[in-house]
Amino acid sequence: MRSSVENMKPVFVRPKSLSDKKFTYCPGCHHGLITRILAQVIDELGIQERTVMVAPVGCAVFAYEWFRCDGVQAAHGRAAAVATGIKRVRPDLVVISYQGDGDLAAIGLAETIHAANRGEKISVIFVNNQIYGMTGGQMAPTTLVGQHATSCPEGRNPQEAGYPIRMAELLATLEAPVYVARLALFDPKHVLETTKAVRKALTYQVQGKGYSFVEILANCPTGWRMSPVQANKHIAAVVTKAFPLGEFVDKG
Amino acid sequence: MERSVVFAGFGGQGVLLAGKVLARAAMDLGLHVTWLPSYGPEMRGGTANCTVVVSTDPVGSPIVDAPDVLLAMNGPSLDKFEGRVTPGGVIVVNSSLVPRAVTRKDVGEVRLAANDLARELGEPRAANMAALGAIVWAIGTVPLEAVKAAMRGELGAKIGEKAAQANEAALEQGFALGQKTNLGT
Amino acid sequence: MERQLMTGNEAMAEAALRAGCRAYFGYPITPQNELLEYMARRMPQVGGAFVQAESEVAAINMCYGAAAAGVRVMTSSSSPGVSLKMEGISYMAGADLPVVVVNVARGGPGLGNIAPAQGDYFQATKGGGHGDYRMIVLAPSTVNEAAALTQLAFDLADKYRVPAMVLADGMLGQMMEPVELPPFVDVGSLPPKPWALSGAQGREPNYVASFALDPYDLRELNRRRLARYQQIEAHEVRWEEVQTEDAEVLLVAYGTMGRIAKTVVRLARAEGTRAGLLRPITLWPFPYGPIRRLAQRIPVVLTVELSMGQMVEDVRLAVEGRAQTPFYGEMGGVVPTPRDILQEVKAHALQRGKHEAGVRPA
Repeated sequence: MRSSVENMKPVFVRPKSLSDKKFTYCPGCHHGLITRILAQVIDELGIQERTVMVAPVGCAVFAYEWFRCDGVQAAHGRAAAVATGIKRVRPDLVVISYQGDGDLAAIGLAETIHAANRGEKISVIFVNNQIYGMTGGQMAPTTLVGQHATSCPEGRNPQEAGYPIRMAELLATLEAPVYVARLALFDPKHVLETTKAVRKALTYQVQGKGYSFVEILANCPTGWRMSPVQANKHIAAVVTKAFPLGEFVDKG
Repeated sequence: MERSVVFAGFGGQGVLLAGKVLARAAMDLGLHVTWLPSYGPEMRGGTANCTVVVSTDPVGSPIVDAPDVLLAMNGPSLDKFEGRVTPGGVIVVNSSLVPRAVTRKDVGEVRLAANDLARELGEPRAANMAALGAIVWAIGTVPLEAVKAAMRGELGAKIGEKAAQANEAALEQGFALGQKTNLGT
Repeated sequence: MERQLMTGNEAMAEAALRAGCRAYFGYPITPQNELLEYMARRMPQVGGAFVQAESEVAAINMCYGAAAAGVRVMTSSSSPGVSLKMEGISYMAGADLPVVVVNVARGGPGLGNIAPAQGDYFQATKGGGHGDYRMIVLAPSTVNEAAALTQLAFDLADKYRVPAMVLADGMLGQMMEPVELPPFVDVGSLPPKPWALSGAQGREPNYVASFALDPYDLRELNRRRLARYQQIEAHEVRWEEVQTEDAEVLLVAYGTMGRIAKTVVRLARAEGTRAGLLRPITLWPFPYGPIRRLAQRIPVVLTVELSMGQMVEDVRLAVEGRAQTPFYGEMGGVVPTPRDILQEVKAHALQRGKHEAGVRPA
């Protein structure tokens, strides 16, 4: 049987909302996958021409350039405030902040909580990989008890450093958010679920419903000193115990 | 020509408003004028004061160490500011609330029962305007008519015509009391 | 134009709205609260955005977002809060974003007090935030001027794509004076901002960032920024001179001290001392040239500030040894009276007279 390109149907294409800029992420890192999921959902919803990406400081510092959308780079921890400023003056735009755990849950905790509490009509993508990746693997507010990091070489000691902050649960205590969920990416099924959650979050924004927060348990093979496969297994077996998956708020 | 007034009293006695009415009258006359309130934690303690400087020249400092005229709407205000009034100046004392007389011999004193006067006019809140009337007389450079107009501008829509007339009467009577006072200078 | 009695805080807020400001983000701090409250009341009436932020840090970053979206935006605070805004100001300078920041300055350092002071001169004019940048700094001395300079700050910030600060103080913020408000600007008539984030519709995406990892790239960005700064220095220096023509003592003072110094000049001349005043209106760009010119013929240049001495360093840079450059300062929120300063002026004039008499041949 002869096959030709003309007869083939594309089942997997590069989202048009991705720019040509090459990722700077390490091999096996989930950031690339999350970026692609976002771009795909932006394509599906047809909002590329009115989306603004707010990039953090951290491994995703270039996130504003990876999308074929307008983008802005925020100061460390301030993405939710920057997103607030944009959305308040241009409610017609779809404003997405993309942040890591140091950015969102440590230095930017106040901005994160207050943007959520005001019910800013933005979507926050929270990449929780339990470590400061870009600066070389220091302890994050989400680092697991006992987990080793360069600034807690003996493992996180809760007597000194406290416990990992569960951001999704914390924000779910607030009245205003319309969507708060925690997802993971360690197998194809979970990748699809994450895609669904991102789609829901952006859809709610497009519909003008309010604040949405999607926490994604991501890996950091380099920082964790694991292979990508080991890192994915670690998320499934260990990380999801400390950070349970699920939709905590859905007022859609 | 530059004249400075400190308006002082409890919060709620309307001393800031009295100062503002004077400032507005001066502005409407084309004079230079500044109005500076005490602000911040000092106000939370229940005292209020403001300084108004009226001048034919641009006003340099709105902060005045030695005012020409002082309005003391209550006892603490007299205690606090009496010593600062410039020699030859005038102190208007609200005798409804301040039993003691001015102790200094080098300043004039106008004793005005502002609260009683306002009550008799049927508008207890007009005590500040009665006091302002005496202040206007003590300053001597701003016509009472301009102050009446400014008062109507400031209070205008906020109070009814009856209350406005009572405030106007308070201004007139305060001014008249000043005229009648022998300062002995 | 109609004259109104307004506080400095209210006048700056209203002037901002009239200049086309359609977003304000702030946090309460004395003595600027009335500005925030005025915006809370008035901004919705003109269809703009108002948010009481969770901190000054958040407020300036909301400004960053709104400015990136192309809207005229303002924040205000007082000294301790302005320290917190410095991070955001640096980022906005680095992202070439216009913003107007009002500092109703108070006594410091630390919590200090809420009285008027000029201890934030260095912070405003010499960096404040990190990195290699400049910020336009305008220093009003009356409520009327505060309104006018607020409007100018928006125009300059947009024209040069830089942050601009209106540096007032607690006295200017709290006091009322007659104001002639500027007319309303038609927001639609303001020059377009093709660089703004508006959605990449039918065009390549716009990116707003202060980030350039490659040193040569950042050098190029900074060179372009420097060229704009040089344009500002060449065209935007503003100052006022009072009776400098025949002066034997030149006072240099800005803001609140600038207005008090005007009275000093009047008093000094009434007593026979020929005093003059140069009042910088732009603190950056600083009027080095005008001061240098005057210092060539005026033997004493006396700087007067509400600080330990900050602007005096710029005055000395301008004078470059051409004249004596004494300093008189008050601190902690204490405002000297014109008489206090007059004594200083007369002392320097007298000293100078003696000196001249000494060198003259008998």
